[in-house]
Amino acid sequence: MSSSSKNSHRSNATISRRGLLVGASGLALGLPLAATVPARADETIKIGILHSLSGTMAISETTLKDVMLMLIDAQNKKGGLLGKKLEPVVVDHASNWPLFAEKARELISKDKVSVVFGCWTSVSRKSVLPVFKELDSILFYPVQFEGEEGERNVFYTGAAPNQQAIPAVDYLMSADGGLVKRWVLEGTDYVYPRTTNKILEAYLKQKGVVDADIMINYTPFGFSDWQTEVSKIKAFGSAGKKTAVVSTINGDANVPFYKELGNQGIKATDIPVVAFSVGEEELAGLDTKPLVGHLAAWNYFESIKTPANTAFIKEWHDFIGNPKRTTNDPMEAHYIGFNMWVKAVQKAGTTDPDKVISALPGTKQANLSGGVSEMLPNHYITKPVFIGEIRPDGQFNVVWKTKDLVPGAAWSPYLPGSKDLVADWVNLKCGNYNTVTKTCGGT
Amino acid sequence: MRCSRAWLVALLFGLSLLLGQTATRASTINDAIAHFTADDFDETGAGISEVAASGSPRAAVILQALQNGQLMFSAERKAVYVQDDAGKLWDAVTGDAVGGDPPADLDTVNINNRLRSAIDAALGGLTLLSADPAKRLDAAEAVFKSRQASALPTLEAAFAKEQDGRIKYVLAQARAAIVLTSPDAATADKLAAVEIIRQRGDQDALALLLSLPDGTAVPVMRAANAAIAAIQQRLALWDAVQNAWYGLSLGSVLLLAAIGLAITFGVMGVINMAHGEMVMVGAYVTFLVQNAIRGYAPNLFDYSLAISVPSAFIAAGLIGILIERCIIRFLYGRPLETLLATWGLSLILQQAVRTIFGPNNREVGNPSFMSGAFDVGGITVTYNRLWIICFALAVFVALLGLLRFTRFGLEMRAVTQNRAMAASMGIRTSRIDALTFGLGSGIAGIAGVALSQIDNVSPNLGQGYIIDSFMVVVFGGVGNLWGTFVGAFVLGIANKFLEPYAGAVLGKIAILVLIILFIQKRPRGLFALKGRAVEA
Repeated sequence: MSSSSKNSHRSNATISRRGLLVGASGLALGLPLAATVPARADETIKIGILHSLSGTMAISETTLKDVMLMLIDAQNKKGGLLGKKLEPVVVDHASNWPLFAEKARELISKDKVSVVFGCWTSVSRKSVLPVFKELDSILFYPVQFEGEEGERNVFYTGAAPNQQAIPAVDYLMSADGGLVKRWVLEGTDYVYPRTTNKILEAYLKQKGVVDADIMINYTPFGFSDWQTEVSKIKAFGSAGKKTAVVSTINGDANVPFYKELGNQGIKATDIPVVAFSVGEEELAGLDTKPLVGHLAAWNYFESIKTPANTAFIKEWHDFIGNPKRTTNDPMEAHYIGFNMWVKAVQKAGTTDPDKVISALPGTKQANLSGGVSEMLPNHYITKPVFIGEIRPDGQFNVVWKTKDLVPGAAWSPYLPGSKDLVADWVNLKCGNYNTVTKTCGGT
Repeated sequence: MRCSRAWLVALLFGLSLLLGQTATRASTINDAIAHFTADDFDETGAGISEVAASGSPRAAVILQALQNGQLMFSAERKAVYVQDDAGKLWDAVTGDAVGGDPPADLDTVNINNRLRSAIDAALGGLTLLSADPAKRLDAAEAVFKSRQASALPTLEAAFAKEQDGRIKYVLAQARAAIVLTSPDAATADKLAAVEIIRQRGDQDALALLLSLPDGTAVPVMRAANAAIAAIQQRLALWDAVQNAWYGLSLGSVLLLAAIGLAITFGVMGVINMAHGEMVMVGAYVTFLVQNAIRGYAPNLFDYSLAISVPSAFIAAGLIGILIERCIIRFLYGRPLETLLATWGLSLILQQAVRTIFGPNNREVGNPSFMSGAFDVGGITVTYNRLWIICFALAVFVALLGLLRFTRFGLEMRAVTQNRAMAASMGIRTSRIDALTFGLGSGIAGIAGVALSQIDNVSPNLGQGYIIDSFMVVVFGGVGNLWGTFVGAFVLGIANKFLEPYAGAVLGKIAILVLIILFIQKRPRGLFALKGRAVEA
């Protein structure tokens, strides 16, 4: 659940305010745009790609569709899978929530795809979940999100909060991060920032940070007038203790936020901002010189120098025909997810969802930053965590990374509602097993 | 300044430090920079302090390069270089040009925020005696922030030499900051220092006083607490001024966004949902103009906005005329159909831009005169906001003048007030309709130029402003430019006074509720007008 989803939410907000226009917008956005590659009988394995290619989410999701096409193309050049060619089926749900479930159903029951790679926002994932459960198919979800979910049919290749938010806070508390004592949790007002901030608040308090040293602010989607918020941060930061901002601000709202930081002269050495939704793509529309030193936490950066990453970037530039296009974290997540699926299918000898779901846990795949990620029984993967500093050229300079790969936790131990829950689809066969009551079925 | 004895003590204190330092100077600059080849933050940190303490004339150059990411190292050759903007390498210590091939493992010496602060502090100490007054001021501020006792001797020397009153003032503050945080300064000096900091009176001063080390003498603590209370009171006052300023700034943005709509919706009565997309067109024209300037005449960059304004007006105006001729003129008097048609049109325009320019944000740069900020008393005024307020007022005045003093304005008002009469006086009303719609759209395009400076240039730019624009026009009174003017500033200021207390989300909701209540009481807004809008 990450960057730029704000757009889609913003249009929702506008619609509800417009009242009269609900019908009109639904009508206009609802025009389905399906682009199916002509099918060639049964000798292909179909792969569904469920990303928005039009509407407000297109900004982030178009890239993921392209990277999937690239991966499938590369696999076909290697001879396909189980002796068959792979065939991508791309559907566009036009950033429109009601259309998500409909398109997912179409992909699985009409196009008979073996697996689906897709979704960006949490709301889109939640709305296709019932369909994947009912029709028993597989979804690979590539975006960092708030966790608190453990579904049998979904494989989460993006970061859970313990693979991004918690390590970032740990870094800021360390000597290199500046021994931060005072925290501003600044987010866009919706489920991902609110859940993440709840987890962070509980974590900070456990670390001995008092209430007076935590400030939590929320702003609406697409917020553009940051003057008051930034001066609030500035005032909060002048209490004589080292202060940092943890930003879960989403998508477009980031650009005016960083511009205002620059304008009001808040430098990274005074009050560093660590962001969870700002990547290479978001910085592309921004003059990054005043932002040098502000931070982002991800599991992948384009600037990481490994042979695998260099090869991936080259392959991407060749495929897309534009050497200026950046790579980002969710793209790597799709890279890992796709290769894990290929390996699981080879291991199972079939694309039958039930067999592939059983074969996936334990599958290992080298990631692009030099480690080997593994699919865990809870359907999350192990990932390294990197803290990067914004460079003048809009890329990130890795200043810190975790020693080992961090296994993703489906349920946060810092929230009262989920601290006793675990997900395990290998031994317990349950996505929300309560370790206290010893039952499957949540709290 | 106030207390010469304080200076004497500080001088002695500084001298003792100076004596202590001479011993460490044994380490040469060469040993110091060897730390940079380790590619490790702790090593680099050690290197920074040793370079700063080395007394080498190259120290400032090396640290400056490190700060700018232009200090390179080769682990293989155990050498450190300074790379200039052209990519040429210079030996870090000698400053000589490096001949031959650059080393294969050449890499930047990486720094993080901790090291960046260390560099700021070190450079502050090194550039206090610089010939450039701006550098001296920065250095004094850097020392104020770092409070490094080691900078004290240089600070004293700089203070004695300084002619510029403003820099001298900051130097005194920096000295006071060091005295306050040093454990062994005399209480009388600390009291004098508190007074100097109290006079500074800003958030940095507050931060300093709030973070006095434990074990500070009681009278100093008491004075500090009194100073904190005084500063907080002063800042609270400036807070109100700041809110008013932010309100004006938001109001000017609202005015810019709404003023075109005040023509198309207010004067003509067309419910124009594609208004936001005209703003977007203006922003993209700015992007294109800047691109062209970057490509063909980079030195004209500061004039890019001046070129963009007429270009955006013409582009958006022509699109507006086209829309009126092709769609809207068939729909006059049918508001619901107009609403649907223009809403559809806005989606088409958005997707068209997304297809042509791609879904990502486009970078529109700020010309130099629109970057940065300056302080007025306790508030920070950013240049881009200031210019946008001026620009909004200029556009408003120009539009007012156009309506009042030109023949086109006269005809427009005539058609608005009584179409049949105007037609029988020989005015071609359909031509006036098209031109009026074009004018409204053109002004929206101009607004796009200004908004490109503070917001994202993306296909969704217009969506963010359409609701606010309608809100302003309806609140101000349909069909009245002054209503739009007053409405924009009232809503802007009200919003900014609510935001600090209610938060951004609730503040916006509160404003909408207030408008609903207001409209119940006065359905035609602040300034009601008689004319076609009323008849419709």
